Amino acid sequence: MSEVKMTVNGKAASGKVEGRTLLVQFLRENLKLTGTHVGCDTSQCGACVVHVNGQAVKSCTMLAVEADGAEVSTIEGQAAPDGTLNTIQQAFQDHHGLQCGFCTPGMVMSAAALLKDNPKPTEADVRHYLDGNICRCTGYHNIVKAIMAASGQDVSTIAAE
Amino acid sequence: MPKDSGIGASSKRREDIRFLTGEGNYTDDINVNGQAYVYFLRSDVAHGTLNSVDTTAAEGMDGVVKIFTGADFEQVGSVPCGWQVTDKHGEVMQEPRHPVLAHGKVRHVGEPIAAVVAETLEQARDAAEAIEVDISELPAVIDMKDAVKDGATKVHDDLTSNLCYDWGFVEENKGAVDQAFKEAAHVTTLELVNNRLVANPMEPRVAVGDFSRGTGEHTLFTTSQNPHVIRLLMGAFVLGIPEHKLRVVAPDVGGGFGTKIFHYQEEAFVTFAAKACNRAVKWTSSRSEAFMSDAHGRDHVTKIELALDKDNNFTALRTDTYANMGAYLSTFAPSVPTWLHGTLMAGNYKTPLIYVNVKAVFTNTVPVDAYRGAGRPEATYQLERLVDKAAHELGVDPIKLRRQNFITEFPYATPVAVEYDTGDYIATMDKLEEMADIAGFAARRKESEAKGKLRGFGVNCYIEACGIAPSNLVGQLGARAGLFESCTVRVNATGGLVVMTGSHSHGQGHETSFAQVVADMIGIPEDMVEIVHGDTANTPMGMGTYGSRSLAVGGSAMVRATEKIIAKATKIASHLLEASESDVELKDGAFTVAGTDKSVAWGDVTLAAYVPHNYPLEEIEPGLEETAFYDPSNFTYPSGAYACEVELDPETGVVTIERFSAADDFGNIVNPMIVTGQVHGGLAQGIGQALLENCSYDSDGQLLSASYMDYAMPRASDLPMFDVDHSCQTPCTHNPLGVKGCGEAGAIGSPPSVVNAVLDAMRSGGSTVDHIDMPVTPHRVWEAMNR
Repeated sequence: MSEVKMTVNGKAASGKVEGRTLLVQFLRENLKLTGTHVGCDTSQCGACVVHVNGQAVKSCTMLAVEADGAEVSTIEGQAAPDGTLNTIQQAFQDHHGLQCGFCTPGMVMSAAALLKDNPKPTEADVRHYLDGNICRCTGYHNIVKAIMAASGQDVSTIAAE
Repeated sequence: MPKDSGIGASSKRREDIRFLTGEGNYTDDINVNGQAYVYFLRSDVAHGTLNSVDTTAAEGMDGVVKIFTGADFEQVGSVPCGWQVTDKHGEVMQEPRHPVLAHGKVRHVGEPIAAVVAETLEQARDAAEAIEVDISELPAVIDMKDAVKDGATKVHDDLTSNLCYDWGFVEENKGAVDQAFKEAAHVTTLELVNNRLVANPMEPRVAVGDFSRGTGEHTLFTTSQNPHVIRLLMGAFVLGIPEHKLRVVAPDVGGGFGTKIFHYQEEAFVTFAAKACNRAVKWTSSRSEAFMSDAHGRDHVTKIELALDKDNNFTALRTDTYANMGAYLSTFAPSVPTWLHGTLMAGNYKTPLIYVNVKAVFTNTVPVDAYRGAGRPEATYQLERLVDKAAHELGVDPIKLRRQNFITEFPYATPVAVEYDTGDYIATMDKLEEMADIAGFAARRKESEAKGKLRGFGVNCYIEACGIAPSNLVGQLGARAGLFESCTVRVNATGGLVVMTGSHSHGQGHETSFAQVVADMIGIPEDMVEIVHGDTANTPMGMGTYGSRSLAVGGSAMVRATEKIIAKATKIASHLLEASESDVELKDGAFTVAGTDKSVAWGDVTLAAYVPHNYPLEEIEPGLEETAFYDPSNFTYPSGAYACEVELDPETGVVTIERFSAADDFGNIVNPMIVTGQVHGGLAQGIGQALLENCSYDSDGQLLSASYMDYAMPRASDLPMFDVDHSCQTPCTHNPLGVKGCGEAGAIGSPPSVVNAVLDAMRSGGSTVDHIDMPVTPHRVWEAMNR
């Protein structure tokens, strides 16, 4: 077992982990941050996306020890301290960009990474970027619309949600 | 002017807040103090004799609590099947025993052989690797037609063959149908495959069993669409635990799509093991495990024929289907190819004579059961591909041929035992033609051709039977359960309501839409109504959510319970107002006396119910809480017309969806935003079936598509923006809300129009191919165009 220390959502976090412990396991089991989900075992579905040092990472594909010393940000750290949703979260609610909610944390975290790199993405940009995030409920229509709306673009011409 | 609250408003979903902030409470988020973890050692061969399972070495490994094998479950009941089909000879289906852990034989890849309970999941997995399993492999039974040949290897030695049942519907009509074919001016025949799919909710299944020696109570936390059904099936038929000692909790569930209806052996295992180990036991499925243990969907092989007269009127329809059951009968498996499929074969058409034959077959594959649409997509696909083929053979417009044969008068009794209450197939087709901009298609095709691409247009109609189901009817059809729904409405002293429903929400947004209905009925803000679901400890016995039934059946129970509340509250109000009850009415959250300005607020009445100082105690009890059970008198019949436009690259065979239009008739609508979202999701699954998804076994029964590396889930870049309309509304006549259900429509209605569009594109490139099987992959398209 080794000791890992990292900053998670702005707070210091530490714990003892095995070499094989994945970052997602550390977040869910050690830190009880269960908003980050596991939907597959082949790094395809993206339900586990978090940010590590500002980069979107599939936390099922990174060992906890690799994140030692890193700044980690998860879905639990996205809303304001008073609970106000951030722009992307609010857009997902406004445009019905989620149904069962299981893929949603990963979608929100991926969307944040996309908009950081590409503040005004086209529909095609968004769809391409979401290749690593699978949703089985929404057909993506409202997810794409929500992300474009969160970028400040007018989505009123896209068919109704 | 759109409403901003209540029935008809696109109220934002209240459940989104917890899902968007990581505060959802999914089953894998639940940990019980002191829990152990189970890892299932699963069969890696499809069929074999289990000679021995030696756990000696594994038992001594670090962290191992206890190891279970099939022998530990010999005295435990079989995982039950909830539907018994009677075949065309009047015999009941063949029904094999389904053990919790394999015993004597293994019958599909993924069947659990042993279960290791250990302190950690890693230790359980490590120990499972040390279990020595001796299996003599047997020939695998995979192809359905081979499976029912004389002399075929049997999946179950104690059954007479691999034929579960041979069902004829309606058997008495067979002679007349055959005669109509003899007299037909034209017969169109089509052979097709409805590809095997895996439902793949993004949340894999999870089960946590707990047991208290102090109280003798069992608790099961599970990813279920219907916790009460699991409690009854597992308690009564597998483990022998009475309901009052068994609590089943299905908290936030991350998608179901049918595959979380069924009772699975992992649920029985953790419940059993928690008592045996005297500590909680948790199982979390990996995705690979999900592929080989979640019930699969579809998997029909069908020959269908349509007889037409000289004026192109449909005169008879005949189908012959092989339906894969897999190795065991999953909970509702026998009903899917029969009562959820045969009864829909009339579609939207007034074909007077129909005969459906279904042979259900056991194979060495994962059990097959209901997946979004369940039987109805299979019926729709056959019929709507067939009608398109007939139109091309006859040289008539496919839309015109459909319109000519539409049912136009309602109620309409089909020759396959159901009565459609309402519908307007002309209206949805009119709407679709407008949405799809058929007039502009020729220009769009030219644009595609200028880029070296082919463009195709396809349509289809659909009808579905939802709002499952009248209990007395399904009882006659072999259901071993009632299909009512329940609701308890508890009004608190200060006027807020807790609505406890037997329905279950796993993405459908019931917490929002159900609250809209109750708030609207009383005339109070939606946030005064809380919806509780998913826990047998605090909801009345209900049958859960599937078959687009929640609002039609569960919502109706909720309306009935709320009506009882209003009736009692009106009595209390009339006492407070010193008025005759018949003069008192509830409007906008207040009771008023007709023709006066006397009024008492909702909250004052509810307070009086719990602080009954000024109260007619001699006439009515204090308190304000009512329960209703609602059993529908008929199915509901949502319908619609869909159009797909594809672009096809003849160089590569790649097909892209350029436009997709859906005109649905769901009757009345409570939350248009949620309804549209349901259609979007259904369309993605239907398009996924048509273009991408295929669950594939090799001839040895090895599952070739057991991860997202091999099973093509639709991604964002595979799909277009959808054009969805539900303005055509013919309300259901037999439930109080006039609703029909919308959850499955997209998945039922979309595959045929996609394939019809692909074939249209291929024809425009000179191809004479008249059928292509799903999924319509680039490889299949290229081969079809170049053979």
